Amino acid sequence: MLKRVGIEVSLAVAEAVRLARADVISAYPITPQTHIVEELSHYVANGELDAEFIPVESEHSAMSAAVGSAAAGARTYTATSSQGLALMHEILFIASAMRLPIVMTVANRSLSGPISIWNDHSDIMAERDIGWVQLFVEDGQEALELSMAAFKIAEDHRVLLPTIINMDGFILTHMIEPIEFPDQKTVDAFLPPFEPAMRLDPAHPVSMGPVGVPEVYLEAKKQCEQALLDSKPVVKEVLDELNELFGRDYDLVQTNGKDGAETRFVTMGSLGESVYTAVEALNAEGKDVGQTRIRLWRPFPVEEFLAACKGAKRLIVIDRAISPGSVCGPVAQELKSVLYGQPNAPEIVNVICGIGGRDVPIEEFKEIYALAQAGKLEKTYTLWGLNSNA
Amino acid sequence: MSKNSICAWQELALGCAVVEPGNASQLRTGDWRTLIPVLNEEECIKCGMCAVYCPEFCISEREDEFYRPDFDYCKGCGICANICPKDAIKMVMEEK
Ligand code: SF4
Ligand code: SF4
Repeated sequence: MLKRVGIEVSLAVAEAVRLARADVISAYPITPQTHIVEELSHYVANGELDAEFIPVESEHSAMSAAVGSAAAGARTYTATSSQGLALMHEILFIASAMRLPIVMTVANRSLSGPISIWNDHSDIMAERDIGWVQLFVEDGQEALELSMAAFKIAEDHRVLLPTIINMDGFILTHMIEPIEFPDQKTVDAFLPPFEPAMRLDPAHPVSMGPVGVPEVYLEAKKQCEQALLDSKPVVKEVLDELNELFGRDYDLVQTNGKDGAETRFVTMGSLGESVYTAVEALNAEGKDVGQTRIRLWRPFPVEEFLAACKGAKRLIVIDRAISPGSVCGPVAQELKSVLYGQPNAPEIVNVICGIGGRDVPIEEFKEIYALAQAGKLEKTYTLWGLNSNA
Repeated sequence: MSKNSICAWQELALGCAVVEPGNASQLRTGDWRTLIPVLNEEECIKCGMCAVYCPEFCISEREDEFYRPDFDYCKGCGICANICPKDAIKMVMEEK
């Protein structure tokens, strides 16, 4: 059923969107997302994908057009990155408030300034509270498969929320990896056509996105928050189905390294692969260390995370964004609030690294581990690799 | 506290959509008003300019052929008084 092809991961994501039979793609090109939508525009132009490609003049328009298209009942896809995501900001809230199952790939990239096209998570961390389902992928195969799964999650009538697949810019988007592609029949069986629960239809008039006076705004917000919380079991269900179909092992939270280890690295995104290698090497040296990898970021899978860190005395939380003026990076903040009041909560050591595309070799994670064990990292957070030899 | 709410969150339509047509008529904006247009029938030539310019579309021709506002929706903006070629409308403070 599956054939293995060496391909750039961006192109594999475009192929996933083609296999998912998207009806509308509205997008603006921005580095390092460009190859995805460029490839999709080729598909549409040469008839390989029967979809409407809307080449908008900015990301604000890309998301606005996506809102309109999803409201009309079309399976809608877009992709963006960094400043483009920031430009979409105000419409992102509208998409979730209107319960529109748009699927978007975010090729994670640092935000200006200074201008940087390289990878970190500062773009998406500025969008934590938009009410979208958000997942992080670690490799090309996962990027392909979760991109298809994202439609199934978003369009499930128990969810009906837009969904973001986060994939690290360049580190993943521009990598050539051997990827197994499913055939159209398999994807069609996995992903049925989009059945909107409500859509713009002159025969059944509705007003979508109306004014929310103070007497209704709170209730509308609660409805969306509840939908997001309720999406967790659906994400799990879709991943289980995907695992069954494609022979994978995706879960909301993943662990590796020594079971019940005293020290665990916590990662999200592609740096998890480097940490994985470091953890394997440390285990081989007899070190008591494991790793917890967060795949589902919103809604945060609290119970699954706690179970995946059971027995740990120390968590080395790797953050890919700075939260200026706070006590630590955004993932560490999240985990501190998850762990607050939990019995035997592990200590959190926060390391912010790989900012603005700064390289973090595998060896350095072993160094981070040694420093954490020796209690030599900052109590708040460590800006790893910062040159402060003034 | 729920006294301030229109309905329970579980009962809201998906995405807070409005599923019944014509519901704008239920939103009576007339209670925002401080000034009220008063028509001088002696001066009015029944030209209908006020009806055309009223941003609330609340002025229409009545049985007596005069153009009169529906005070459930009139906001008291005074545009009708401004546009009237005969100065037949005066804006006066409304007494509640
Ligand atoms: S614009 Fe003046 S004159 Fe014309 S109908 Fe209205 S009130 Fe009468
Ligand atoms: S005051 Fe304004 S809202 Fe009222 S009738 Fe005149 S134009 Fe219309």
